[in-house]
Amino acid sequence: MEKLTNRSVVASDKKMTFMERIYVPAILKGMSITITHFFKKKTTINYPEEKREFSKVYRGQHVLKRDDEGRERCTACGLCAVACPAEAITMVAAERKPGEEHLYREEKYAAIYEINMLRCIYCGDCEDACPKEAIFLTDRIVASELC
Amino acid sequence: MIFLFYLLSAIMIVCALLVVFSRNPINNVIYLILCFIAMAGHYILLNAQFLAVVHIIVYTGAIMVLFLFVIMLLNLNKAIIFRKSTVTRVSAVVTGGIFFLVLLAATRQTFEIHAKYPFNSDIGLVSGIGKALFGEFLLPFEISSILFISAMVGAMMFGKKDE
Amino acid sequence: MELTTLLFKTIFLFIILLVTLVVAMYSTYAERKVAAFMQDRNGPNRAGPFGLLQPLADGLKMFMKEEIIPLTANKYLFILGPSIAMTTALLTGVVIPWGDTLTIGDHVYSLQMADLNIGILYVFAMVSIGVYGIMIGGWASNNKYALLGAIRAASQMISYELAMGMSIIALVLTTGSLSLHDIVAQQHGMHWNIFYQPLGFFIFLTCAFAETNRAPFDLPECETELIGGYHTEYSSMKLGFYLFAEYVNMFISSAVIATLYFGGYNMPFIDQLGLSSNAVTFIGMGFFFIKIFAFIFLFMWIRWTLPRFRYDQLMNMGWKGLIPLAIFNILATGAYYFFTSLK
Repeated sequence: MEKLTNRSVVASDKKMTFMERIYVPAILKGMSITITHFFKKKTTINYPEEKREFSKVYRGQHVLKRDDEGRERCTACGLCAVACPAEAITMVAAERKPGEEHLYREEKYAAIYEINMLRCIYCGDCEDACPKEAIFLTDRIVASELC
Repeated sequence: MIFLFYLLSAIMIVCALLVVFSRNPINNVIYLILCFIAMAGHYILLNAQFLAVVHIIVYTGAIMVLFLFVIMLLNLNKAIIFRKSTVTRVSAVVTGGIFFLVLLAATRQTFEIHAKYPFNSDIGLVSGIGKALFGEFLLPFEISSILFISAMVGAMMFGKKDE
Repeated sequence: MELTTLLFKTIFLFIILLVTLVVAMYSTYAERKVAAFMQDRNGPNRAGPFGLLQPLADGLKMFMKEEIIPLTANKYLFILGPSIAMTTALLTGVVIPWGDTLTIGDHVYSLQMADLNIGILYVFAMVSIGVYGIMIGGWASNNKYALLGAIRAASQMISYELAMGMSIIALVLTTGSLSLHDIVAQQHGMHWNIFYQPLGFFIFLTCAFAETNRAPFDLPECETELIGGYHTEYSSMKLGFYLFAEYVNMFISSAVIATLYFGGYNMPFIDQLGLSSNAVTFIGMGFFFIKIFAFIFLFMWIRWTLPRFRYDQLMNMGWKGLIPLAIFNILATGAYYFFTSLK
């Protein structure tokens, strides 16, 4: 079989040589390794003070956008739910009543729009599928109580 | 000083009685340890610091640990009611009584010994004991050390696996 | 005893106690920091600047936690266990010479609580009594893991006490005294015992690791096998006492190693500086603490480097490795002094 790394060693239960039995050389070797790590740069990022740089295409918290006049863009067409590979999106459509034109752009809107955050895999397919440019995966970090 | 003597003696006697009368083997051992520590206190009162510390190291720190060890492994934590025949009981009482008499006789002798050798405050220190062991008592000392070595070798022979 | 001496001794006792506890407290912090640094992490840094208040927070947590005594435990012994562990750990500091003499007015005070002429043996006696804290606590918990941990601790400590004692005998052959004060005084001016007893020092150091139950000899409390060993059933401040006693022991054994083998409060070239005796005492004391901290760091360094020994390896190393080595060391030292005295 092909080896996965070049550092693998075949285990054996052969008798230890004298140098191995007195342990000290091996201990000193180990101690030299740990002391070099002691002075190395730490990889931790102190989260609330320091933040990791996000990728430009980072996909975080979902948001249903409004248009320039503050009307909801979503028309509850259900294409996002169809596109969702994890089947996380459900919605209930409702008809726009007269006098609600300043709230909803189209005649139909989503009365309930739910994303099951335990199922969502943040693939962004809903964003691509949306014909009205309503749903977006923003760069906001999803709050822990939501998922 | 005299107050300390009485305090330590009281602790020793109470602990010794508890060793006999306590039903739980673990408690017995712990009272015996307390008794030994009080005895070390007596040694210190006699200015025999070396003896006191060696007493603590050997008896309290090693032998009693082994006692405790064995009792823990045997799981004797429940009080065991001994049922012995009358013959055993009578013989136990007689043996104990005779031993008590021997001790009493030995205690009477101490007054003479005390008169012959007055108290020397340096006798319990390291140098005094060392000079006594390697001078006057060299032969008994070496014989007892050979005894210990042979006991150790014997224990090792028992502990060795059959090959 | 004079009243001023008594007063000085009392104050000094409290200072030793305080310093021991504070050092032990901050050893827990240092341990977490050292562990983190060796694993490329940051360690505690939230409580106070650099996490310096972390030990206080931990202590507060220990006090606030609910105290649980198992129903089947032996109540008195359950409480006695941690008390013994803590007491014996703290008692040892009495014989360690923390510094040379201090002159205040006309009086000369020794910075050592009690100069016993059997100082080393006293340390030994306290260590050997310390086993009871673990054994009694482990047994009283009435839990099989605790009992196994207690039995392991006892057998480990008895086995390594032997080799430790024998390495000390070789040291006593070179110093000719059992008093810690004399041993330190003899090492004045770079005549450190490490140069005369390197093998003895090595044996002593190994045994000190085993006696304090630190990795790689932490079998009595190994979490992976015994879920905490002898302190499995303990909670609240009683657990805190056990954990704290370990750090106190580490501090004291570092002090003992520094005293016996690294010249105690002596430092090289101090005589050439021409300072007053009090200044020399204080610098020496500071140097002594630097040595102690170096050893505490060594303890942590080894703990976060090595895996745990297997039980049979531990016993093999104690009985078949260290004890013969210690006996050889005694014979070699004795032979050296015998043949040099012939000339």
